[in-house]
Amino acid sequence: MVEFLQFTLSGISFGMIYAAIALSLVLIWRGTRLLNFAQGGMAMFTTYIALEVIRHTGSYWAGFAVALAAGVVLGAVAELVVIRPTLGKPELNAVIITIGLLILLEGLAGILYGGQYRSFPAAFSVIGLKAGSTPLGVSRADVFVAVAVLAAALLLAIGFRYTSAGLRMRAAAFNATVARLSGIRVARVITVGWALAGLLGALAGVLVSPSTFLYPNSMDSIFVFGFTAAVIGGLDSPAGAVVGGLLLGVALSYAGGYLGSQGSDLTALVALGILVVVLMFRPNGIFSGARVRRV
Amino acid sequence: MSMRSTPRILGAALATAVVVAILSIKLNAFRDYQIAEIAIEVTAVAGLTVLTGLSGQISLGNGAFMAIGAYTTALLLLHLTWLPFIAVLVVAAVATAVAGAVVGVAAARLHGPYLAGATLLLSVALPSVAYAYPGTFGGDQGLNVVFTTPGFLGVNFPLTRWQAWVCSAVALVTLVLLANLSRSRVGRNWRAVRDDEVAAALAGVNVARARVLAFVVSATCAGMAGALLAIVTELVAPGAFTITLSIALLTAAVIGGLGTLPGAVWGSLVIVLVPTYATDVATSHGLSTSVASNIPVAAYGVVLILVMLVFPQGIQGGVRWLLGLVGISAARTWREASVPDVTPPAGKAPASQHEALLARGSDPPESHEKEGTQ
Repeated sequence: MVEFLQFTLSGISFGMIYAAIALSLVLIWRGTRLLNFAQGGMAMFTTYIALEVIRHTGSYWAGFAVALAAGVVLGAVAELVVIRPTLGKPELNAVIITIGLLILLEGLAGILYGGQYRSFPAAFSVIGLKAGSTPLGVSRADVFVAVAVLAAALLLAIGFRYTSAGLRMRAAAFNATVARLSGIRVARVITVGWALAGLLGALAGVLVSPSTFLYPNSMDSIFVFGFTAAVIGGLDSPAGAVVGGLLLGVALSYAGGYLGSQGSDLTALVALGILVVVLMFRPNGIFSGARVRRV
Repeated sequence: MSMRSTPRILGAALATAVVVAILSIKLNAFRDYQIAEIAIEVTAVAGLTVLTGLSGQISLGNGAFMAIGAYTTALLLLHLTWLPFIAVLVVAAVATAVAGAVVGVAAARLHGPYLAGATLLLSVALPSVAYAYPGTFGGDQGLNVVFTTPGFLGVNFPLTRWQAWVCSAVALVTLVLLANLSRSRVGRNWRAVRDDEVAAALAGVNVARARVLAFVVSATCAGMAGALLAIVTELVAPGAFTITLSIALLTAAVIGGLGTLPGAVWGSLVIVLVPTYATDVATSHGLSTSVASNIPVAAYGVVLILVMLVFPQGIQGGVRWLLGLVGISAARTWREASVPDVTPPAGKAPASQHEALLARGSDPPESHEKEGTQ
């Protein structure tokens, strides 16, 4: 029973990181109908920037803030420089460009920082919390991870629902042509979407790196599971991204915990199993709306 | 590619075979190895370009099919040493065809990013089986493969040259078969399904069967590529079948020109030769190892981005355009398709229309005129 609680709590903590990546993918998908394969690479790069800032200033929070700002800039610049020119071209072109961007960022990180594993500081103590005398399997740092992503997701949800900028973004995602005719500058809305996605990715990078170490490929598997979470939840649904992330995080935590050493080898297979089952019943994710296809 | 006749395809394949044979004899062992590498890539990418370009299904899982082909080959050569390689190749192809059918059935209802996600996870998950069962699959270390030159070539025949010949032969046979398949009724059904599933179904095409068959064909090609990889690297380990491999295959297909077989060759040349060439340049300038080993990576990323920005229809699209400049037909497709669409309603519709234009290759220009003005 204690084990179950521990696995659940640590699963939630990791699941929130998948949720952050999933949410960033959903933001870009809704705006541009594009999968951003560079999302993990961008997060990796901004985390290196955070590490540099922390080393020079000695302040974790300065690094944290700079990473988020760098994520915003990187997202917006990527959209303006390499994604915008692909508008109206075959849709896979933009996907390949994000793959090129991922490879470029990983190469740059290798050139600038080398390939070795670097440890990244956590915001809070990583010593396990206890309720009375039973260890809970999570630390203050893990709680911070969950709270930070949840706060970011809630702020986004509130922003989307109650601000005019949010209304413009929803309108542009719903129907770009009509939105444009109503005077919304759709191109700018898309850039903002990429910037927000960059911010979420940077947040995920800073939060996950204390437990995975930092190296040029360190975000690859996080990206894969974040993408899986987004697919499970439904790529059009921000709520689905969070639910998908949590579901995947907890399931993988159980697999790793209960199946022993073989289980941790097979986490990807477990994730595949979940994905296949979900897509069998809901081919467009759990939170997909009514099925509409152009004829 | 629909205007090409079978003799022309066979002629091109024979000419290529002669050129490859001469090259492999003239060049050194390392270049022979590269020829083999390119041929392996061509085999896998050709299958993928047919799947994604003609039947419209994206797959990031063909690296997993390569793994199935490679492990089948390694296990057969390990336990049934008397089996000739051609039989091993056939068994590997059949095994991956079955795997492709299973995945194809599971994926038949999925579209776009949902299919991409499921297949991407497949390519991540499958190699991890090798870690979980080290007794059978050799775990992290993988399985060693013994492959030798046949006796009739004599003892002095270099192994790398024989590997280059075997790989090139398989690649060429694959290309000829795929070229014929895509011109046949099967290929027409795939295009119909890609362009409009409902219309295809109304016209009597069995949509589900067409989609699954495309997966089987593509998986079989990847499986054969995996078998070739096993005999060239002489080692099958899970480290060779990372997500990077699956992504590289799709990248090669799109960079070369999606849905075109010459494009599969261009794309394979780019993803094999650009990193090697950039490494040569970086090391010859005496840079530190971490810089020298990463400059090729960064340069490769830049090349991918630039090719996509400069040639929206891939390298084959660029080649057609150049041929058009000197007055050879079929260039019209590229010009038509590269007219930018200013207002994509949801991004999907115009893109698929462009893809349709692209993959139809050298159909008579009148049909494009019609399509372009719709």
